[in-house]
Amino acid sequence: MLTFTIRRLFLSIPTLMFISLVIFMLLQLAPGDPMAQVPLTVPPEVKEKMREALGLGQPPLIQYWKWMVQFFWIEPQVLIDHWFGTSFSADAQRVISWQTRSPVMDIVVQRIPQTLWVVGLSYIVGIAIALPIGIYSAYKQYSVFDQSGTFITMIGFSIPPFFTGPLLIVIFSVQLGWFPSIYDTTHVVTDWASFKVQFNQMIMPVMVLALQTTAQISRYMRSSMLDNLGQDYVRTARAKGLREGVVVMVHVLRNSMIPVITVIALGIPSIFGGAIITENVFKVNGIGQLLITALFANDIPMVMTLTFIFAILIVLFNLIADVLYGVLDPRIRYD
Amino acid sequence: MTDQPIPAGPDMEIDALAALQDKEPPQAPRSQWKDVWDQFKRHKGALFGGGFLIFITLAVLLGPFLWQVDATKIDIRNKNMRPIYVALWDSAANVGWNKPLGSDQLGRDILAQLISGGRASMAVGWAAMVLALVIGTSVGVLAGYFRKLDFWLMRFTDLVLSLPILPILLVAVTLFRQPLNNTFGPEGGMFVLIVSVVGLTSWMQTARIVRGDILALKEREFILAARSIGTTPAKIIRRHLLPNVISPIMVSATLGLATAIITESALSFLGVGFPSDFPTWGKLLADAVQRMEQYPERVVLPGILISLTVLGVNYLGDGLRDALDPRIRGR
Repeated sequence: MLTFTIRRLFLSIPTLMFISLVIFMLLQLAPGDPMAQVPLTVPPEVKEKMREALGLGQPPLIQYWKWMVQFFWIEPQVLIDHWFGTSFSADAQRVISWQTRSPVMDIVVQRIPQTLWVVGLSYIVGIAIALPIGIYSAYKQYSVFDQSGTFITMIGFSIPPFFTGPLLIVIFSVQLGWFPSIYDTTHVVTDWASFKVQFNQMIMPVMVLALQTTAQISRYMRSSMLDNLGQDYVRTARAKGLREGVVVMVHVLRNSMIPVITVIALGIPSIFGGAIITENVFKVNGIGQLLITALFANDIPMVMTLTFIFAILIVLFNLIADVLYGVLDPRIRYD
Repeated sequence: MTDQPIPAGPDMEIDALAALQDKEPPQAPRSQWKDVWDQFKRHKGALFGGGFLIFITLAVLLGPFLWQVDATKIDIRNKNMRPIYVALWDSAANVGWNKPLGSDQLGRDILAQLISGGRASMAVGWAAMVLALVIGTSVGVLAGYFRKLDFWLMRFTDLVLSLPILPILLVAVTLFRQPLNNTFGPEGGMFVLIVSVVGLTSWMQTARIVRGDILALKEREFILAARSIGTTPAKIIRRHLLPNVISPIMVSATLGLATAIITESALSFLGVGFPSDFPTWGKLLADAVQRMEQYPERVVLPGILISLTVLGVNYLGDGLRDALDPRIRGR
């Protein structure tokens, strides 16, 4: 198992390098020019110098190499400096955003908590709703609960978040006036009243994202439970006189959770992708919204770094899903 | 059991010949597709889904002939009209039968916009789905049939699977919009761009499923027989392998259609899709979000159309999966 994990870890390095090369080369084709807003009165030779100062004078492969050094070598040093107060990265050149002229990672670190709060909470809420629905509708297959549950999850599966978002805003913000339509990230929770404000503004974005998660995971949970409920060991467990609750909630559930947990791990990166839209609807200034604004502003280093962070998430959680599958299911041997 | 006495006697004498004959006239042979259709009919959701998909396709194809209003015609005197049904509870509302679903802030007819937007959305969906299917099936068949290609093609598939799709789509659409617009015009360029980026990023699941099926199929005797009489690989693939993997391809086609429609609408919603004077459902929804407090129907109508279409396609896929799986069929 350990050797498998280590091998997969090493394999993921060329994967990530290839992905970053693809993204970098894609961005090289960008028609946008960071010098576009510089006044026309600036003489061309000065413009050329400014361009070189941004690191644009060199061939693409050298630019790519420099980006890699900055991202994989200098940024970790900055992180270590920040944690331990050392000074490894004293004069090193970091990845600079063209929009704000400040280091990209600083902005990303500022934005990540908002995304994590909304996305993470919605994922947890979604799973917490999905698992009981999946378990119960598999246990009572073809019952009214199962039929309606399947129908509702199918709807949740089909309605895109850019429709549920505005729909919830129309109903709950405009008509009923219960929740604010804009997520205020400057809000600080200090006491019970401010916690209630925070709770109110989080409900809608979290529910929009959770609906997608719930739909997907409860479908998996149901089919996985159905696979296991017909197995021989279930009959054995009932025959030896175990209570029904123990049979379903311990024996069947534990076996059914194996594929579901990998699906949960695999779904984490895509929920970050879905957060791009939800953040846009509810005006949450997380990394999804950062990516959109950077794209429109032609801020290539920012787009590059953010897209690569998404890629790291995908590769990482694919790895985690594979390893978890092996850890949870002793029948699976990778070696 | 074996030495049980056989009941004998003149009255028990059975006419052996008559017993072997069928009492009723022989039934006509049933084809596979008839079985599939019988199973498919039992899935109510799939019937509804397929029916709705056919209805919406016909509606967007024939709609412009029945409702002959130009979707892009600006009629500023009749701007901001509400749908006709608003008159039921609000008699003061600005409604009229000349604009049954109202008009937007420039007086463009919403019914006509929905029809032409549906045309664009469905066209993008179908084209991207077909592109993804062609790529996915070719990669899957090549990887499954030719062992030399298998490793590299599947590594490549894994790599593409670990690309962050939505960010890459956003990047690609923003970057290549201008050059393609210059070549194909604003609408044609956007169409080519969105179809190709959606198609190029959603073929991987099809490739994996097709490869798995081909790997199992090519070890079967009929392939060996075909090879032994000297059939070329190209012909084996066309005549013997492809017809056998048609069912997983059809199921992933439905999923691909749903994904393509949602992705196109999402891109339009984020403001990197089609231009505003060339409406799609996603674009109509996105443009209406600013005014959704006064005119919620402009958000709700395209949203419902997207959702119902995707719901119908998903149910169709569910039913097809059940109907095309011989292990489930007949139960």
